[in-house]
Amino acid sequence: MLTIKNLEASIEGKQILKGLNLEIKPGEVHAIMGPNGSGKSTLASVLAGREDYEVTGGSVTFNDQDLLEMPAEERAREGLFLAFQYPVEIPGVSNMNFLKAAVGEIRKHKGLEPLSAKDFLKLVKEKSALVELDGQLANRAVNEGFSGGEKKRNEIFQMAMLEPSLAILDETDSGLDIDALRIVSEGVNALRSPERSFVVITHYQRLLDYIVPDFVHVLYKGKIVKSGTKELALELEERGYDWIKEETAQAGA
Amino acid sequence: MTSDDIIDEITNREYEFGFTTNIESDKAPAGLNEDIIRLISAKKNEPEWLLQWRLEAFAIWQKMTEPNWAHVSYVKPDFQAISYYAAPKKKAKLNSLDELDPELRKTMDKLGISLEEQKRLHGVAVDFVMDSVSVATSFKEKLGELGIIFCSMSEAIQEHPDLVKKYLGTVVPRTDNFYAALNSAVFTDGSFCYIPKGVKCPMELSTYFRINEGGTGQFERTLVVADEESYVSYLEGCTAPQRDENQLHAAVVELISMRDAEIKYSTVQNWYPGDKEGKGGVFNFVTKRGLCDGDRSKISWTQVETGSAITWKYPSCILKGDHSVGEFYSVAVTNNMQQADTGTKMLHIGRNTKSTIISKGISAGNSQNSYRGLVHINKSAQNARNFSQCDSLLMSDTCGAHTFPYIEIKNKTAKVEHEATTSKIGEDQIFYCLQRGLDEEQAISMIVNGYAKEVLNKLPMEFAVEAQKLLAISLEGSVG
Repeated sequence: MLTIKNLEASIEGKQILKGLNLEIKPGEVHAIMGPNGSGKSTLASVLAGREDYEVTGGSVTFNDQDLLEMPAEERAREGLFLAFQYPVEIPGVSNMNFLKAAVGEIRKHKGLEPLSAKDFLKLVKEKSALVELDGQLANRAVNEGFSGGEKKRNEIFQMAMLEPSLAILDETDSGLDIDALRIVSEGVNALRSPERSFVVITHYQRLLDYIVPDFVHVLYKGKIVKSGTKELALELEERGYDWIKEETAQAGA
Repeated sequence: MTSDDIIDEITNREYEFGFTTNIESDKAPAGLNEDIIRLISAKKNEPEWLLQWRLEAFAIWQKMTEPNWAHVSYVKPDFQAISYYAAPKKKAKLNSLDELDPELRKTMDKLGISLEEQKRLHGVAVDFVMDSVSVATSFKEKLGELGIIFCSMSEAIQEHPDLVKKYLGTVVPRTDNFYAALNSAVFTDGSFCYIPKGVKCPMELSTYFRINEGGTGQFERTLVVADEESYVSYLEGCTAPQRDENQLHAAVVELISMRDAEIKYSTVQNWYPGDKEGKGGVFNFVTKRGLCDGDRSKISWTQVETGSAITWKYPSCILKGDHSVGEFYSVAVTNNMQQADTGTKMLHIGRNTKSTIISKGISAGNSQNSYRGLVHINKSAQNARNFSQCDSLLMSDTCGAHTFPYIEIKNKTAKVEHEATTSKIGEDQIFYCLQRGLDEEQAISMIVNGYAKEVLNKLPMEFAVEAQKLLAISLEGSVG
């Protein structure tokens, strides 16, 4: 599904990713953890095609295509979804119109007929229930005046509507209380399938109690320095990152 | 796409409505003097009082100098190089639209305003003005049954001289300003509308203006009178063909709303803005003013301005009647080298008068976009209320947005609120849209239309759709 090889990327001349490797197969859930500033959000942005970042080396293959060659909207249409750490407000644009346009573009790309208004509404009803999103939120302007928790739930709702093959969750758990965390996680779990893969970026093991990953990777100084299963997350929770930093320093020395 | 590509693309875009209709014109020689005014008046078979009115206006105009206070710069028009009268030669009265000159029909089709469609789909009566003379007026009979008069100004002068004489120049006097004086001297046509007491006009009244003859000044005169307890919604929309020389447009619009009457006046304006260097394009120097004469009267201006090289326009309300209400909703888009200085004046005279101003400026390219507004609360205006919101959206690093709010309060009971924001279109917003599968043009269209939604919502349905498209076309790929 996704193969990242020796990926290097920088922003404003500062190198953030320094040779990152990752292989994700269909249906897998990969958690990416790591201390602040290790490059987690940069990885998400680079994969989604944000232009502020410059890729200086390596390759990314997504469903047998060169991901880095595609403009951002093309990546989205090909099935790559990013749940934003800070969802953006678009005043005056209703969530519904926004999603209708997005769903329309993605269906067009797949060669599907546009959904009828009736089918679209049915889909909205079904998917918004997944994250217990109030019907009213769907009619409000995109993320405008939403609470932190509502914004994150809205991201998962959008993901459910757009049915991506690869979803990247960038610190979706940040700023969530325990109930919202449960709702968001249940929403994500409902969308897990043998065809759909997830990259879950998080600081905290807590999220991984709900969304149980197949693999856990530690990103440090722009590289994946340790990989394991969900037990690795528990170990990190207990011991922090210092021992990883030491190991890495020793390996480097 | 890099921002350079995008700038290239937008600046190389041709004006979509830049075409010319080949209709023979009956045109006056260039220049302005008393003889020309006499010629105009004679051509239009006007009564003596109107000729005298025009000549007095001309005398007033000659003593005036062009105003310089607006935040715009341009080469002043040569008033002696303009022809002040042009009329399509075929002037026979039409019984149906089928009798219309095929060339004219083609023009209307290109503009997407075929009269049949307007009639069928929207129930809109269209008074189509081309080069100063109305060529088709529809729905007249239906309106006639209600006693509503909706016709060209020329026709009103012939058929309803008493009404015209009573109201013409009462809201915008000839002495008001340089361009109003000029218009009063040389106006050739326009629209006239009278809604009798107690009548709610059942359809949107619509006039499409169009400048066609190269080098012809266009001086429209519009007068809308809503008698007591009546209601009318009036639409005005414009597009003009591409020209190399600047075309001067100095219209005057006067609205009079009597006791318990309401006038809703909506404009979508898309005149040729000039090329990317700012060459050519229409000069739009308009005086628009409404008088809320009676108690509980209301006047609401809504405008979407995307065209013209220079716009100089302040639709205003004189709130004379107690409890009268004035509203101004505006979206002004400037791109390339366009300059707009637009806003409103709300003059509170009556007690418990209320006004609302919502202005949304959008600047792109190297354009300059200014909001200029006055809220004046007179001593007599007990408990007056005003709310103003002036937002500016910047699409590039090379454009300018300016706000000049003037507030004059002479009565302590007044409550005046003013809010202003300036923001740059967010790359975060665009990226968010891209990440959901929308392309950049869709993203900008969506963001801009969302930004302007409060104003677009005030437009009648058929205009709102047109306006949304216009915003998208005017700003496609203009983020820099």
